[in-house]
Order: sequence, then C-alpha cells, then structure tokens
Amino acid sequence: MSTTTSGQPAPEKDSPTSAVSGAEIVFDNVVKTYPGQSTPAVDNLSLTVPAGKIVMFIGPSGCGKTTTLKMINRLHEPTSGTITIDGEDIRSKNATELRRTIGYVIQGGSLFPHMTVEENIALVPGLLKWDKKDIAARVEDLLELVGLDPSRYRNRYPKELSGGQQQRVGVARGLAADPPVLLMDEPFGAVDPITRQRLQDELMSIQEELQKTIVCVTHDIDEAIKLGDRILLLSEGAHVAQYDTPQEILSNPADEFVEDFVGSGSSLKQLSLSRVDELELQQPVIASVGDEGSAAAAAARAAGQKDVIVLDARRRPVGWYSLGEATRMSRLPQESHEDISVVDRRATINDALDSMLASSHGGVLVTGRRDEFLGVVTFTAVTEHIRSTSESSPS
Amino acid sequence: MVDFIADKWQDILFRSYQHVSLVVQSVLLATIIAIALAVLVTQIPRLRSAANMISAIGLTIPSLALLGLLVPLVGIGTLPPVIAVTFYATLPILRNAVVGLSGVSPTLLESAKGMGMGSLTRFRRVQLPMAWPVIMAGLRVSTQMSMGVAAIAAYVLGPGLGTYIFTGLAQIGGANALNYALVGTFGVVILALLLDAVLLLVSRLTTSKGIRV
Repeated sequence: MSTTTSGQPAPEKDSPTSAVSGAEIVFDNVVKTYPGQSTPAVDNLSLTVPAGKIVMFIGPSGCGKTTTLKMINRLHEPTSGTITIDGEDIRSKNATELRRTIGYVIQGGSLFPHMTVEENIALVPGLLKWDKKDIAARVEDLLELVGLDPSRYRNRYPKELSGGQQQRVGVARGLAADPPVLLMDEPFGAVDPITRQRLQDELMSIQEELQKTIVCVTHDIDEAIKLGDRILLLSEGAHVAQYDTPQEILSNPADEFVEDFVGSGSSLKQLSLSRVDELELQQPVIASVGDEGSAAAAAARAAGQKDVIVLDARRRPVGWYSLGEATRMSRLPQESHEDISVVDRRATINDALDSMLASSHGGVLVTGRRDEFLGVVTFTAVTEHIRSTSESSPS
Repeated sequence: MVDFIADKWQDILFRSYQHVSLVVQSVLLATIIAIALAVLVTQIPRLRSAANMISAIGLTIPSLALLGLLVPLVGIGTLPPVIAVTFYATLPILRNAVVGLSGVSPTLLESAKGMGMGSLTRFRRVQLPMAWPVIMAGLRVSTQMSMGVAAIAAYVLGPGLGTYIFTGLAQIGGANALNYALVGTFGVVILALLLDAVLLLVSRLTTSKGIRV
C-alpha cells in the first residue's frame, strides 16, 4: 500500500533500469549544541547526500563528523534544523523504528559476543518480525556477499573470528534488513592495513551491486579518496571546508586548510584515484584444484610462465606456486599454506603496489565480483601506467 | 550415629527438603530484587556508591540479631527466616549485578540502540545475557551463605536442619546431643555442596558459549 502523491509516478521507482536502492539524505540548517557548551558542535550545516553514492565524512578530531553521522539515525538529536531521508523528515517516525531502516556499522563490527554470527546478522530482521525462513535465507545470502562461507561461519561466535571477519559480519549485519541508507563510523579503523584494504575493496564491490546511500566517517584521507564518490571535508564546528569529488579535492583544494589536510603528497595520492581495472591484465594459463601438479607446471612452462595459478570450482584463486613447487605436488590442493596476493579490480593502484611488495611473484592477482579471478597485474604494467599518465598530464 | 540416622532418616530428609526449599525460594526472590535494584543503580550513577556501601554494611549485621529484631514485627515461624535469608542473599547478587550490568561496553549498547532496539530489548537481549555469568557467580556465593543463615532460622522456630543444631546445643551432655549437632551441621554442608553443583550446571547451561571463559 503506497501513498503515492501527485508528481511522483510510481512505476519509475520500480523501473529495472535504476538499480539504485539508496535514498537521498538532506541536511537543512542543522545545528547541534551540547548542553553546557557555548560553541555548537555542528553549526548550521546544509548538505545533500545523493542517493546511491558513498560520501566520506572526514576532518580533524572534534570537528563534529561523528555527531553529524549520528544525527542521521537520531542517536543525537539536532538542536535545530531538519534532516530528511528520501524527502521524509526523520522526526516523523519513532526513533527506534527509524533506526531499523538505517544500517549502522561501527568500528570493529561491534558484534554482540554472546550471539552467533547468524544471530547477530538476524537481529534487525528479527526486530522487524520477518518470517524465520526469510531471515535464514537472508543470513545465508549476506554471508556469501561478504565472502564468508555460511556453513562454516554461521554458528561461530565473534571471539572465534579474526578482526577482518568480525568486520565483515558487522557489514552484513548493517545490510541485513536491506536498508536504503548505511551509516559507517570508522568501520575499518581497527584492522591491519592489508585487511583494511581487502575490506575496502569488498565494500566497493558490494556497493556496486547494491547501490545504497552510504555515509562513512573516517580519519584516513587515503580511505576517503579510495571509497568516496564524494568527500565532505569538515573543519571545527562541522563547517564545510569542501564537499566534492576526490579528484576535485586533490587537484583543486578550496583553501589552505583543505590543502594541509589532504597533504603534500597529493600528486602521489593520485595513484589512489586510478583503479586496478584501468590497467592491462595479463591472462595466464590457469590450473584447477585437483589437477596434477607436474602437468599444470608443464602447461604453464609451455606458455612461457614462471608460475602456476590455481582456481577453485568457483574460479576463486586459491594457490599461486612457482613451477618447481607445482611440479613437486601430486595434486594441486584446495588451500594454500601461504597467503596469496590478491586485490579487487576496484582496488587502487596504490593498494596493488603495496600488495606486490608483499608478494614473491612480482605481481598481484586481480579478482572481480565475488572473488572471481580476472587476471594478473605486474609491476611493469603499473610503471607503464604511471609513465603514461604523467606524460599525458604534465605538471 | 548410624543408628541415629537410621532411626530418624525420614525426619532428616524432610528437614533437608525444608532447608533447601527455604534457601532456593529466598534466593530466587533475592535475585529478582537484586537485578531490579541493579538496573536502578546503573541508571542513576549517584546510587552506585550507596549500593556498594549498603551491601558491605548489610553483611556485617549478625543474622541472629536480625532474626531477633524481626520477631516483634512479623512473629515467629517461616516468615522471619524468609525475610532474613532474602535480605542477606540480595547483597552479593546486587553487588555482582551492578558490576556485570555496568561492565557491558557503552559502545555495544549504543550500537544496539543504533540498530533499533528499544531500551527493554537492549536490556533483555544484550545487557542481561552479557552480565549473566557475573550475576550467576554472585548467586552462587549468595546461596552458600544462605544455607548457613537458614540454619539459624530454627531460633525463631523456622523450618530446616537448624533445629537439629539447636537441639544438639541445648542438650549438651545428653545422649544424642552430639548426633543432633553433627547431623545438622554436616547436613547443611552436604546440601550446600549439592546445591552449588546444581547452580554451576545451571550457570553453564544459561551462559552463551560466546562469553564462556
């Protein structure tokens, strides 16, 4: 039962061409003053977060970015001004009900330790009184989406997961009830850099699929550049220093404050703007789990390769061996004992370089949707790309 | 001694049952009171030190004296022991419940709030289950202590094994005096150990695997 009013033709909303499931968020002259403080934490903020985009809130600590975020789900109430989601004033609903329609992900995932992975993810659908069967199916889908095998992880407790896995479950939990808006408060602050990069890549491919409106607070400018469709750079009192695309913020900082904040290495930061899928990927000969090691090595040698890449039944890379290593294996195993260097195709060239340094193969594997193998990026391809961009844009 | 037990075993069993029944019911009542008070205390931080002080001072009141004071108010029989045991049992549970409930991280509670849990749901599904192991630890201490306090109930003609102890003490030098005192004392100790084993089991079964240590 929709209460469609004039001027809003209903069919357009369900039109298959628009995959955007997010909603627009508008701040209108929002002020937040904490009791007992003379200067407002958020001073007259007006802002539009476009539907289906990722907007990164960044600024020095105490600039009011988290306060601004928490006003969207009414964990903080504005002193004056209005906030609307999809044109509807957020105060028109009961706060608890509103929050069930907004995904909320905070640092470390903040999972409830006494609940299993499944119970954690099922929380909001449960509060919304979904059917039990629907919830179970939803949990399964979400675990797949964040790259955790449901049969293996569903019944685990948070303490039995690594930091990165906990954070993945946290994201799944935020998305559980399919909210149009997802709020993230320094979501990847508590994990190591390599895991953080993986999680960022995954968030981007999830976003490509779902097109939510994501508002994400961060203190890491590289993260903001990498993830953001737009970056909101705030100075004290949540004054907008600049609100623009990452490209614009890097190349045309509005003032000295922005320039200082973005940092002097900003021409190098341009590397964070190029994605791995802009590079030429090599398509090597690949082997499958269970293949005979020596045969796979021979095939790779015949193709002029120095290593053997092994994919599983769903074309996810599971092993990367030198010819010698592969020859010594009777069957190529399902799991490798060492980490293989993999980046998502949406990863930045910066990330790819990082991973290459950790890899023993002088390159890095690139995966796409749901971790499917796409090709290999080599160091030569990266340097080639840097050379061509610096030639085309002399600075 | 063996003859004494053989002769009186039905009475011993009945009094043991009364003893355990008094303790279990009083501790249950105490648990509810303690958790309710603890919720109040965690909501109003100023009450916290008051609560700690009361639980510390309360335990120093001699149980015999408390029972004696209750008699003019509520008479003799079952009621004064129930009040006294519940009073003492509340204190350790209250102390642990305050520690347990306030030990749940504020970030976690805010996250629960941000996900759309109302305050009652937050308490029932996050705060209480997470504080539960600590509350159960308090409950076990409380039960042990109450077994002893309940023995003194016989002083006001209450139920339980305490009657044997008092009978034994009253007849010192008499034929069965030692038997009475020993059966009463050991009975209380054995029951306390059994009850503790049961509580340990209950505690394990009602604590989520995710927070078990």
